[in-house]
Amino acid sequence: MARDDVKTGYKLIGTRPNRPDGLDKVTGRARYGADFSLPGMLHAAVVRSPHAHARIVKIDASKALALDGVKAVVTRADLPTGLTGEDLNLQDNTLAGEKALYDGHAVAAVAATSALLAQDAARLIEVTYEVLPHVTDVDAAMAPGAPVIREGVADYSVPEGMHGNVARYMEFGHGDVEAGFAAADIVRAHTYKTEATHQGYIEPHAAVGQLGEDGRGEMWVCTQGHWYIRRMSAAVLGIEAANLRVTPSEIGGGFGGKTTIFMEPLTLALSKKAGGRPVKLVMSRSEVLRATGPTASASMDVKIGMKKDGTITAGQVYFRMQGGAFPGMSPIGEALPCAFACYDIPALKHEAVEVIANRPKAAAYRAPGSPMAAFAVESMVDEMCRELKLDPIEVRLKNGATNGSKSSYGPVYTMIGLKETLEAAKAHPNYKVALGPNQGRGVASGFWFNHGGETSVTLAVGEDGTATVMIGTPDIGGSRASIGLMVAETLGIPYENVRVNVVETGALGVNEPTHGSRATFASGKAAVEAARQAMAEMCRRAAADWGIDADAVEWKDGAAHPAGPNAGKFPPMSIGEIGGKMGSTGGPISGHHEVTAGGYGASFGTHVVDVEVDPETGRTTVLRYLVVQDAGTAIHPAYVEGQYQGGAAQGIGWALNEEYVYGADGRLQNPIFLDYRIPVASDLPMIDTVIVEVPNPGHPYGVRGVGETGITPPLPAIAAAIAGATGARIRSLPCTPPKVLAAIKANRA
Amino acid sequence: MSKIHVTTTVNGDTVEFLAEPRETLLDALRNQLDLTGTKEGCGTGDCGACSVTVDGTLVCSCLMLAAEANGKRVETIEGMAKEELHPLQRKFIEHAALQCGFCTPGILVAAKALLERNPDPTDTEVRYWLAGNLCRCTGYDKIIRAVQDAAAEMRQEHRGAA
Repeated sequence: MARDDVKTGYKLIGTRPNRPDGLDKVTGRARYGADFSLPGMLHAAVVRSPHAHARIVKIDASKALALDGVKAVVTRADLPTGLTGEDLNLQDNTLAGEKALYDGHAVAAVAATSALLAQDAARLIEVTYEVLPHVTDVDAAMAPGAPVIREGVADYSVPEGMHGNVARYMEFGHGDVEAGFAAADIVRAHTYKTEATHQGYIEPHAAVGQLGEDGRGEMWVCTQGHWYIRRMSAAVLGIEAANLRVTPSEIGGGFGGKTTIFMEPLTLALSKKAGGRPVKLVMSRSEVLRATGPTASASMDVKIGMKKDGTITAGQVYFRMQGGAFPGMSPIGEALPCAFACYDIPALKHEAVEVIANRPKAAAYRAPGSPMAAFAVESMVDEMCRELKLDPIEVRLKNGATNGSKSSYGPVYTMIGLKETLEAAKAHPNYKVALGPNQGRGVASGFWFNHGGETSVTLAVGEDGTATVMIGTPDIGGSRASIGLMVAETLGIPYENVRVNVVETGALGVNEPTHGSRATFASGKAAVEAARQAMAEMCRRAAADWGIDADAVEWKDGAAHPAGPNAGKFPPMSIGEIGGKMGSTGGPISGHHEVTAGGYGASFGTHVVDVEVDPETGRTTVLRYLVVQDAGTAIHPAYVEGQYQGGAAQGIGWALNEEYVYGADGRLQNPIFLDYRIPVASDLPMIDTVIVEVPNPGHPYGVRGVGETGITPPLPAIAAAIAGATGARIRSLPCTPPKVLAAIKANRA
Repeated sequence: MSKIHVTTTVNGDTVEFLAEPRETLLDALRNQLDLTGTKEGCGTGDCGACSVTVDGTLVCSCLMLAAEANGKRVETIEGMAKEELHPLQRKFIEHAALQCGFCTPGILVAAKALLERNPDPTDTEVRYWLAGNLCRCTGYDKIIRAVQDAAAEMRQEHRGAA
């Protein structure tokens, strides 16, 4: 489906109406995961390993089962055997098998008549462990002598001689890197590190599950993708996916962390053991931090060659990333292509290894892999710009990818907006503000591929001329409003006459989750096509009524019209008229479209941040922040800005505060929000935004995904601004006050 | 352990329930009174999603026992709109000051408590007052704007009424 010929003059696209779920959300009526209850419902709690690595010798639940009101206990022995590949990983993470692989790994679960009773019962389940040596750091995990935490994780790609914790190896590139470095005036190489961070959604995971002895069940769950929950839960439990009906609740944030299962199948397993009674399981915050998410930690070598005029002649990276105790979760496959995606460089070499360690199974987090890669490469570019006294925006304009560039990872870019974001950043007043003492400015660009994916949408015309749209992508950041706007624009009816509902797995074909910045792009694209189908049918109904050819009828402004003077003179027939009599003109009118949506256009962004660093304490204050990003077309600009601002805030948290802190015992030291400190209102300034619009030719209204790119530039931009303020370069995130203070002192010495 | 009989006023209604001695006010509101608009984000008083007022004081209901509410006046998000939305609720929708909306009830309750004490706060005062309410979606920008716009409208209405 190509983009509309009509590129401007939209009536509704680009306006900012109220979101349809706004009223429920400001009154407390919106139903999130933990808000759902059923008659006869039991409550569950989970027993978790206190050890980073331990053999499970024995589980004794007899004391728990003896408590009045305790109805069921499940352990790994209750789950089917014989799973392989990622299904086995999911099952291993749902309940530990022979070994607990990280602090917080689920070992058993219990259902009882109240949540407090279930927690009491969980404490009475006695687990005997044989503690094993552990490793949690990415570099330590692949060093000689590190304990191999799972045998046989290496796939075919891993070269011989690498440590047993290395699960995957990747390399690609183009050009002659050595010749490129030889042609440079300066060649610099450094190692950069980022710690694991958590998605930090405020709503903990929650589910209500019910499974009868006939193997049929239902689940109500907060998730970004209920078809994924269905498929994964069914696989872990050995039941047919079609026998499981999954309904998504409103979702209290996800950022990638709710695209997979953690404890959801336990509600079903407990329900079945408790005679089919529904079971609710709600995680505590410390369970969320210890056992869900997080993202990978990374250790990254970067080498870049640059001429004195800023021309980059070659680049080389070697990334080491750990994504927890399970292979497949560290995003090297995304980090490497993202590393130099903003540049057009003649010679590049990329290498990476995925490493497993005794940490929770990592999940996607907003542009997975891209923020780490950007921290390494954009920091290196900034260091070289400062050394050569070159303007960081000019250097990016000189080397930046543009239309027709062959990307660092292969495909040729068609319509992209990187240079437009750089020009807009350069022209913005923030880039001209004079800086005071102890203040510095940082610039960085960022990239995300975006995604299309499996998408199924149905649109039904109502008897009153309204339209109901059924989508399968849970709405986190306002996508129902955006899809409603696109449908209303297409049908030529008021926005208020379109209702967009997120429906359950029984109501549509398979939909991938709301991930990859795809919801507004892909569900929007399918919804526009479904609306066009309905329009074509409505034109046929009008044509039949008028006794003319359907080809002689056109749709505009919410009504069928004779296409021209030769078609005959008939007054327009509105969607309300057609809908009102559709029962007698051929039956209900609907449109349906399903597609694995291609044509998603990449989104580039450029951020400019000013900070002030207190030289006495090393504390960094963000003074002003600018996000410039290409949205293709901003359907609902307020929610595009919201994505930019939210992404920037998460990136600022990653840069300054947030990190997983593991003790020598392998236990997570900061599993509450007091110690895992995400940015609060008083930490941040207003976040200025500029929406660049380079329409995406792969979408009828030019949309590109906007959700993810914004988390990427803050990591290097903040470190660059701190370097500007202090002269000290932080190459290991987060830039905590003690670390910055030490760097300032070392720089003075 | 026997349960405790609690009589309290919630959003103007007298309610009675039996609380376990260790049951939090948050759990009683959500599970006994079906007032699920108040959210649990952390259970440790760090995120503010469970904010309510008790006798006019802003508290994290996850840090208060249900039995402590006996004889008190509790206000939750469900009591905020009367015949019409409170200006804060309306401005949050208009300014797109919510995305997932999970923190929104707590932030609205906290912001209302602020404006009752200080009808004309600076941006910095709003940011520090709301520093106990975590939002992971918005970066707070639109939240601050919505609170300030609501405050301005409420001052205007107050002047009109005077």
